[in-house]
Amino acid sequence: MSEDINVKDGLRESATFDRTTMTEIRRAAETGIYDIRGFGAKRKLPHFDDLLFLGASMSRYPLEGYREKCNTSVTLGTRHAKKPIVLDIPVTIAGMSFGALSANAKEALGRGASLMGTSTTTGDGGMTPEERGQSSKLVYQYLPSRYGMNPDDLRKADAIEVVLGQGAKPGGGGMLLGQKITDRVAKMRTLPMGVDQRSACRHPDWTGPDDLAIKIQELREITDWQVPIYIKVGATRTYYDVKLAVKAGADVIVVDGMQGGTAATQDVFIEHVGIPTLAAIPQAVQALQEMGMHRKVQLIVSGGIRNGADVAKCMALGADAVAIGTAALVALGCNHPKYDEEFKKIGSAAGFYDDYHEGKDPAGISTQDPELMKRLDPVEAGRKLANYLNVLTLEAQTLARACGKNDLRNLEPEDLVALTVESAAMARVPLAGTSWIPGQKY
Amino acid sequence: MKTIDLQKHTVRDLNQALHDQVEECTIREWEVLEPKGQHNIACGLDQNLSVDIKGHAGYFCAGMNKKAHVTIFGNAGQGVAENMMSGTVRVKGDASQAAGATAHGGLLVIEGNAGARCGISMKGVDIVVKGNVGHMSCFMGQAGSLVVCGDAGDALGDSLYETHIYVKGSVKSLGADCIEKEMRAEHIDELTDLLNRAGVEEDPKAFKRYGSARQLYNFKVDNASAY
Repeated sequence: MSEDINVKDGLRESATFDRTTMTEIRRAAETGIYDIRGFGAKRKLPHFDDLLFLGASMSRYPLEGYREKCNTSVTLGTRHAKKPIVLDIPVTIAGMSFGALSANAKEALGRGASLMGTSTTTGDGGMTPEERGQSSKLVYQYLPSRYGMNPDDLRKADAIEVVLGQGAKPGGGGMLLGQKITDRVAKMRTLPMGVDQRSACRHPDWTGPDDLAIKIQELREITDWQVPIYIKVGATRTYYDVKLAVKAGADVIVVDGMQGGTAATQDVFIEHVGIPTLAAIPQAVQALQEMGMHRKVQLIVSGGIRNGADVAKCMALGADAVAIGTAALVALGCNHPKYDEEFKKIGSAAGFYDDYHEGKDPAGISTQDPELMKRLDPVEAGRKLANYLNVLTLEAQTLARACGKNDLRNLEPEDLVALTVESAAMARVPLAGTSWIPGQKY
Repeated sequence: MKTIDLQKHTVRDLNQALHDQVEECTIREWEVLEPKGQHNIACGLDQNLSVDIKGHAGYFCAGMNKKAHVTIFGNAGQGVAENMMSGTVRVKGDASQAAGATAHGGLLVIEGNAGARCGISMKGVDIVVKGNVGHMSCFMGQAGSLVVCGDAGDALGDSLYETHIYVKGSVKSLGADCIEKEMRAEHIDELTDLLNRAGVEEDPKAFKRYGSARQLYNFKVDNASAY
């Protein structure tokens, strides 16, 4: 019998039609429309927890945990940009829009990232002065909707990220429902107040990689080739997407796995489209290596990064840096237990809340309600984010030193083993205690 | 007037020279020779310049234009004047698809025909096309006006927000949530002004107006078949 089957007082719950499934069927029957929610995939997936590091012993030489240097800085955009972006730590803040998030939350992200010498990223809705003001390094997203897009902000950015897709919804555009389209959000996006805004899923003025190459050239011309240009893809056909992105001229490629979060999209999209982050990284690295561009075109990986071990494992698999979204929001206070009673009043609970699109977030993060927004102190929340980023970095350094590496980017697949056959196949590292990598010659 | 021959200089040279006018404007009138369909000509301008391009331009000519007045004495490739903020872009010939895409302001005049998706996601620009426009024109148009003196292709104004559309000729079909609307006096005035600014002689009373029915502004079960 599967351990997933709940047995209580002789009652047996169906593993196929469990309570969550039946609740969704009833909800669909009542409303006639798909479920829209935020957060990322909630199903269990092969992930970084399924990998372990092989610390040094006789055959490898470790570094002293507190005394010997372990570099964490990374330079992004060395391929074409006159001014590559230098991050002190290889953990960046992923794109999240003003609109989806409150102005205070955006400010807190900027404050926390700047304290740690890393970058934040705008989102679908343009650049706010608060965000630019608080982010010492700001990546400006160039999205299909082009909400708020303008050349002045483009030139203020430290890097430009052309967004082709997102791990939570590769092939889909963003959503921002009417409750969150306040006057300011509406003006920034040139939309009527209160509409359910559906962002385009593809760019309006180019189709395919050959066009994208010209588009990237245009962005470089407008910015006089000063800043790096990233291409962000949701993880699906990652090997081919990365090759085409390199061909199109990207300085940096961002691969977002299916555990990556979103402010709002259909639940069916979040749970059923894309591949796990773990499976995407080796595909991306293989594509870069075959083109002789690994480390020349930098790779940022996102989607379910939670701790320094995840950071170190991403980098061991070949990433140059990682990006965090959901984890950063949790560090600010998202889903905090102190608001449990209020979460319950809106039909959720602390730790489960994912209806970001409704704009009722008691923590004041995914809302445009002025009263709720006040609950988030951007200075204090920024400090918490900085603390969290610091812990991620220290943890990653701890693991790297244990593997004898004086730079996080010196971590390598050889430092890793897998706990399950699935994760071994996806990450392309041996099953622990063996030299067997599924799909490769034994 | 400064003349730059794009067979002797690169597009990068040209754009940098035009961008250098932002700090200190020393030359207002520019002439670009032998463009031969090269891409990204005169994009990112941010000064009150007059730029005449003597020939055909490739993709994204005058992209993100601010303040400048750019005239293409030929045809324009994909995405001419995309995301323009202000100023004027005039195409003497035809324009390929996505002309004026996402543009926030200024005036785009196409004296020939425009391809598919003319004015896609437009956010405040005014576009006047003397000829026809292709399918899906004004798709998700948010603000501004599109004037078509000829015919419009399939699915005009699909998923429209608040863009005003005026068409003199036939409309092959209207897109989701786009309907014909009454042409009131204020619309005649608006259209007269647009035609005058574009230098196009047409009778405003011969046009029909199209706009959003605003039925898809919020998700409703009853609209599911329209999505």
